[in-house]
Parts: sequence; C-alpha cells; structure tokens
Amino acid sequence: MATIESNSPAVAHADVHDHHEPQSFWRTYVFSEDHKTIAKQYLITGIIWSVIGISLSVMFRLQLGFPSMKMDFLRPILGTWIDESGKLDPDFYLALVTMHGTIMVFFVLTAGLSGTFSNFLIPLQIGARDMASGFLNMLSYWFFFLASAVMFGSLFIETGPAGGGWVVYPPLSALPQAHKGSEFGMTLWLISMALFIVSQLLGGINYITTVINLRTRGMSFSKLPLTIWAFFLTAVLGLISFPVLLSAALLLIFDRSFGTSFYLSEIYVNGEALPNVGGSPILFQHLFWFLGHPEVYIVLLPALGMTSEIIATNSRKPIFGYRAMIASMMGIAFLAFIVWAHHMFVSGMNPFLGSVFMFLTLIIAVPSAVKAFNYITTLWRGNIRFTPAMLFSIGLVSFFISGGLTGIILGNSALDIQLHDTYFVVAHFHLVMGAASAFGLLAGVYHWFPKMFGKMMNEKLGYIHFWLTFIGIYLVFFPMHYVGIAGFPRRYYAFTSYDFTKNIFADMNAFISLAAIFTFTAQWIFIYNFVNSIIRGRRATQNPWKSNTLEWTTPIVPGHGNWTGEIPAVYRWPYDYSKPGAKEDYIPQNVPYSQTLESNLPHENELISLEKEIEAQNLNDQFKQPH
Amino acid sequence: MIYIVAILSVIFLGLAALVVSRMAAVVKNANGANDSEFSVTSNRINGVLFLVFFIVGLIGAVWSFMYARQFFLPEASSPHGRRTDFLFWLSMGIITFAFVVTNALLFIFAWKYQHKEGRRAAYYPENHKLELIWTVIPAVIMAVLVFTGWRAWRDIMAEAPENSQVFEIVGKQFNWIVRYPGVDNNKLGAYNYKLIDNANDTGIDYTDEASFDDFTSTTELHIPVNKPILLKIRARDVLHSVFIPHMRVKMDAVPGMPTRFAFTADKTTDEMRNITGNPNFGYEIACTEVCGRGHFSMRIRLIVEDEATWQAWCKEQKPLLSSTPELASRIPANLKAKAAKYLEGAAAPSDSTTASVQQGGVNVVSAATIR
Repeated sequence: MATIESNSPAVAHADVHDHHEPQSFWRTYVFSEDHKTIAKQYLITGIIWSVIGISLSVMFRLQLGFPSMKMDFLRPILGTWIDESGKLDPDFYLALVTMHGTIMVFFVLTAGLSGTFSNFLIPLQIGARDMASGFLNMLSYWFFFLASAVMFGSLFIETGPAGGGWVVYPPLSALPQAHKGSEFGMTLWLISMALFIVSQLLGGINYITTVINLRTRGMSFSKLPLTIWAFFLTAVLGLISFPVLLSAALLLIFDRSFGTSFYLSEIYVNGEALPNVGGSPILFQHLFWFLGHPEVYIVLLPALGMTSEIIATNSRKPIFGYRAMIASMMGIAFLAFIVWAHHMFVSGMNPFLGSVFMFLTLIIAVPSAVKAFNYITTLWRGNIRFTPAMLFSIGLVSFFISGGLTGIILGNSALDIQLHDTYFVVAHFHLVMGAASAFGLLAGVYHWFPKMFGKMMNEKLGYIHFWLTFIGIYLVFFPMHYVGIAGFPRRYYAFTSYDFTKNIFADMNAFISLAAIFTFTAQWIFIYNFVNSIIRGRRATQNPWKSNTLEWTTPIVPGHGNWTGEIPAVYRWPYDYSKPGAKEDYIPQNVPYSQTLESNLPHENELISLEKEIEAQNLNDQFKQPH
Repeated sequence: MIYIVAILSVIFLGLAALVVSRMAAVVKNANGANDSEFSVTSNRINGVLFLVFFIVGLIGAVWSFMYARQFFLPEASSPHGRRTDFLFWLSMGIITFAFVVTNALLFIFAWKYQHKEGRRAAYYPENHKLELIWTVIPAVIMAVLVFTGWRAWRDIMAEAPENSQVFEIVGKQFNWIVRYPGVDNNKLGAYNYKLIDNANDTGIDYTDEASFDDFTSTTELHIPVNKPILLKIRARDVLHSVFIPHMRVKMDAVPGMPTRFAFTADKTTDEMRNITGNPNFGYEIACTEVCGRGHFSMRIRLIVEDEATWQAWCKEQKPLLSSTPELASRIPANLKAKAAKYLEGAAAPSDSTTASVQQGGVNVVSAATIR
C-alpha cells in the first residue's frame, strides 16, 4: 500500500511542496479539485437554486391564496402560461409544484447542504489535506452542474417542465398523452436526475473513503465531531439508496421510450387501449420511496450534525450524550431503510404490509426523540452565546420537534387514511425536513463563513434574518395543519370544485401566502449579507467562536492542503467545553492531555501515556505520499 | 374572517418592528466601541425574544386553533371514521402536550442560560439514567399509539362482510364513473379495459350475463345507509385516489390493480343536513392522487339514503344495455335470449364479435378476438 512505502520522512518531505505551484484560473476556480472551492461552488449553486425553488412556490402560493388574482404581471416571466384572462394555467400550476419539490429536495437540500458542508468540513475536521479523490470530487460537482443545467433548461421548453409531482408516479409520468408535464419536460427531468444521482454517488464514495482512510493521527471514530458522523452516515444512506432511484428512473425511461411495461398495465387513455399488461405502478412507488424516505434523512442528518456542533460550541457545554447522539443517528440511518412504505399506506398495497411499516415507522420516532431531548439538555445550564448560527440551530430544534411530532400521527396507518395527501402532510414535512434542514444550512453558513471566506458576516443582519424567517416559517406552516385537518387535498389548483373546500379557509390560505411571501422577502437580507460580507466583511480571527474542532487550527484562509506545516494530531474528543479546572472554557482537540493536567478527569490522565503512540502514528498525509 | 389575517399580521408586524427597532438601537450603541465578536446587549435581546416568541406563539397557536376548529370536517359519518377520529384527537392531545413541554424547555432554557459574564457552563456530558428515561417513555407511548392504531387499521382493512353491497368506482381523467351491480342479480359483471369505448366507458364485458343489468353514472353514487358497502376501485388511465372526506375513506385507484375499501355509512344525507344545519349539504368524492390538469375537479356526489329509498331509486335506473342498445352486438349468441328483456324496443344486431374471459380478477384477452 502507498502509505507504507512513504513511511520514510526524508523522502516524503522532498515532495511536500510539489503540489503548490500556482495553477491557472480555470484550475483554481472552475475545474478545481480543492475541496474548499468545490464546497463553495456547491454552496453558491445551492443558493441560486433555492431562490429559484422558493420563487416557484411563491407563484403557486399566489394562485392558492388569491385565486381570483389577475397574474398578468407574471407574463414577462411565464409567457403564455398566463392565459388571456390573467389566470395561471392548471398544467403549469402542477409543473410549479413539481419543480419546487424537485429543486428544494434534491438541488438545494441534498446538493446545496450536504454537498457544501460534507466537502468543506470533512477534510478540515478530520485533519486531511483534501478529499480522498480530488478528481472524483470535481467530477461530482460538474455532474451536478450538468444536472442543474438540464433541469433549468426544462423550465423553458414549450410543453413545460415535468408536472406529475416531485414523486413522478407513473402511469401519469410515463404517458406523454396523459399530461403536458409528461412530455419532453419529463424526459429532461429523468436525464437530469440520472446525472444528479451520478454526482451524488461520486460525492458519497469520496466522503466515505475520506472519513475512513484519511483521519489524522489520533482521530479515532470515538473522537470524531458529530458533524462528521452525520456526513458519514448520510453518505452511506445516499450510496445505498440513490442507485435504487436510478433504477426506478431507468425503468421509467424504458417505459416511456422503448415500449416496456414495467409500470404499465391495462391502460385506456386518449381513446386508445394500450397494449401494455403485467406492469405495476406500485413497483415504481416502492422503488421511489426506497430512496425517497432515506432521502428525508439524507437532507436532515447533516443539518442535525452541524447543529450539534454549533449548539455545543455556543452553549459552551459538551454536547449532551455524545454516544447516544451517534447511536441515535445510526438507529435513524438503519431504520430509514425499512420504513419507506409508510408513504404508501393507501396505495393499494397489502394492508398487512401497512401494519408492518407502521410498527417500523413509529420505532424511528424514538431515536429522533432522544436527539431532541439531548439538544435541549445541552442548553441546560449552559452559557449561551446567541450567534446567528446558534439562533438558527435553536430554530432547527424547534422545527424538528414541531414537525416531527405530527409524524407520529401520519405514521399511524389508520390515521393516515384521512390525512394522506392533504395539507397536513405538506405542513408536516415542510417543518421537519424542509424548514429544519434549511435552518441547518443557514446555521452552517453563518458558523463556517469565517473559515470559508476569511471574513465575518454581519451579526445584526443575521439576527434580523433569523427572527423574520423563524416567525415567518411558523406562520406559513402552523396554519397549514388546520387546512389539512379540514381535509384539503394537496396539489389542487383551486378549491372551488368541492363543497367541503369551497368558501372556507380562503382567508387562511391568503394568510399563508402572505406569510410565505414575507418569509421569502426576508431571505434577501441573508443574500445581501452573504455577498456584502464576502466583499466588505470584517476580517475573521483565527477561532472566532472559540471552538474545539480542527478546522480552526488552520490558517484564517486555508490554502491548498489546509495546514501549512504538519497536520495536527488529535488527543481528545471535540466537546471539552467549560471543563472544570481549565483556564479557558474550551480545549481544542489538538491539545494533549499532558498539557491540561489541571482539568483532566482521572481516566484521562491514563491517556497521557498514549500520546507518544499517537504521535508516532503514520502521518496519514496525502501530500507526503508518492502518487 | 378577515380579522384573523388582520390580527395576526398586526402581531407579526409588531414583532418585526420590535426586532428591527431594537436592533437599530443596538447597532447605534455598538458603533465604535464594541468591535469584538460578541455583544452582550444583542445576546440579551435574543434571549428575551425567545421567551416572547414562546408566549406570543403559544397564545397565537391556541387562538388560531379555536378559530380554525369551526371549519374542520364534522363528526365522521362512518363508525370506522369515528374510531380514527378519536385516535387522531387522542394522538393530537399527546403530541400537543409534548409539543408545548419540549418547546417550552427549549425556549426557556435559551432565555435562562444566556451568556452571563463570569459564569461558567456546567460540564455535563452524559447521564445514562436520563437517556434511558427519555428512550423508554416515548417508546411506551409510541407502543400504545401503534397498538391502538394497528387494531383500528386491521379492522378497517379486514375483508368486507358477505352481505356487503358492492359498487364499482372507476377513475379516469377527469371524472369518476360508478357502476352499480343492477337490480336483477345484484352482481357486477366482468370488465376488460380493451372493451372501453365511448358507449361503454368502464369496459363492461357483455359475455358475462351478470353485466346485463349493470348501470353506470358519472354524476352521483347512491348508497344505502347502515349497510356494509364494498367499493371496488380501479383506474382507467393513470393513478387516482378515492377520497370521501366525511366517511374518512381513501384508497388509490390503480390501473391494472383493482383495490377496495369497505365501510358503512351511518348518517344519511338528510340527517347530515340537519346535523350541520346546512340545507345544501352533500357528501362528495374527490381525487387525492395527482392525475393531471383536471385533478382538482374530479367531483362526484355521494348520496346516502335509507335502504327502501335507495332500492326504489335503483329500480328507476336503466341498465346501460337498455340505454345503449348498440352494445347488444357484443352479447354472444347463447346469451341473447337472457339479454332480450333489457333490449325491448331496440332491435338487437346479429352476431357477436368479442370474447374475453376473466380469471381471478385478471383479464386475459386474446388480441384476435377484439374487434
């Protein structure tokens, strides 16, 4: 193995600096193999996508909140999707809903969140020069970029983008003759998703390999920050589940273009009986949700991981129950694979399966509850500094609880009969997965901005951004539960066709729409702050949050390879905050126990003898190995 | 009505103004002197705001619930629906309790343990007993909820009783078609999707004599009260989902895979009119699985009446065969005689051109026999 051959330090030192010759503009900023640059590429692409994704939701909220509104003012953007009388086209309404879901779930909260922070933080927090394969990492971003380009392009074609809901259930999505949104837009959707999945797999393999192989000396799994645990488990989830979505998409492509019958059977559409028999639409649902449910955790776990780190740092307290947190994340990651069919209780699958999945689903509530309690206990008797990142983390915990609790109702198959596909579900998952993960993303940006750009973000603007967003999101999604309990089905263009939805909650829907517009507007504060701080922000200090993890031992703006000298060794867990006896209220991971005799716990004094052993370990430095 | 918007907007604008004004003040104070990473004043404001948010939020939540309650669906019109309603509100009670307690702790701790100069946080990394307690308590509560839910689910999804009145409901873009089993044999005839055309929009197979008296409707489904109903559900083109909000019934309609839902309606439409005080009240069936452009308007009315009225109504309906005599050409020669009574007046065309067999719910059609 390469690591063994490179053991001689003399040889190694000779090529240390070989990698540092300046590279061209293209190689530095565009086709970069540096994890920090790739992370920023992901972040900025994610922010652009989120503006697009949320704008789409504002458009359909206008339709739902103000059904009689003349939308002529949108014609410059939407063209003929606004008809002569100023009404939004119902087909395009469905396209908006579909694209909002696809963009937010995959392009913002999967790529934008996990892509940004896994790339940025894994090497920095485990003490590695870069990802295991910089080249694959670069490919991963550019596959994502291609997927983005295709998806973005699909917004502008004549028949409109995909329109069968983000779950694209066949036969609707398989039959171009059944729906405008199943024509060329759907083909582009499938191509884009296939590219996206390739990107996710390349990224995931890299994250896993890096965490397993490139940890610095002393960084055992039991000393990993919870962020890294979260990214690691997320990558494992993605690696196992995304290929299943790819297979679902491929079979759908076959059904659409090559006349197969994987999902099609006994269909009479547009005056014609199709020859396809023997397929099953339920098959697609199983395949889709085998990804779709883990996807919820792919989106949520990184946010929870970062929140653990931020809450501990800013409470100046160790995270409560470090091991319990890891165990519950592992539990969630495992259970995430065996609960998918709770999305399908009334799909017509065997009710016995429904019973099984109900039991499994409600088990997953237990580790989730443990996590919530642990966060709350971490705050208890802390010494809390409300940085913007901390505010967003507390907001995340609140959303995670509020949205998670309604999951107990929806996971109960008997209660799901009535609530399935109503606004109750929409409110539930927007709180627990949408808003919570988005808050994780924002918290992460506020917290690691100094490390990314060497500048500080403006806190005051951060506070205003937080309060407006936090209040706004509750105002959007709390009342939405009521609409759901009243039975309003989701993905309805208008509620005027039924007595049970006519004439009621028009004001509530208007209110929700106003709150949504308000919340969206508040995000411009963030965007202004983000851009302005990159340009004009106050210069960051070495360790602005007085945090323990390794990224704060790098130079203020880490260069290629992250550390200028040797990578620091790690001696302790990342949560030694406010340790009794210690001078400061934090002790970074790279401080050996031999230097903190005054604060060591009895069992930690025994660990002093292991320090020599840790220091003697292989440097595990990519730059010191011949490739 | 408009006032919910008004009041909430006021509260919310007030809060926003408060935040902005306080922040502006802080910015003013902070200008110049304090350039460190940390401002004591903003920390205090944020801490207090969490408390304010919790209290105002709680009041808002309670008040908005009281307001919204009037628009929730009235009590279910089916026994299984009342059972799930009860479980829903039971679960809702439990999670509301958990919601208030955990959010209270979160926000109160945030306020109470905000940074104070000179104080040091407690070094409190773990407590196995606590972890155990909050693993076990949710687990037990969950187990109780799951168990009651599972029993309800098992009973709702159990096989329909033998004496159930069967109806078929077929989803298509964009309406529902219901098929009644007819008054003579009260049996639904076989169907085959390849037989669908304008005259025969559910694909009734007239080689099955049980089909002769079947009749269909695209506007209303009449069902008898207090009698077990079995809805046989299928779809012609894409996925649909039968949703009868007042009955708490929902089941997808899947092309190629017949599904079913058994329930009993125990309040007639007239009774519901009295209960709700709305003389125009009517049960409705909606679609809850996105099916294309007209998804939001697949309404069909459901009329629940006492059995005698229902039977009388059924007798008045004309079998599809009688109203569409050209379908008679599909009847095989050996059954012509049996079909004759439905074709009175209309001259039956001669030979048969179609044949199909139904085996165990799956239709097998040899392509050659189709027209």
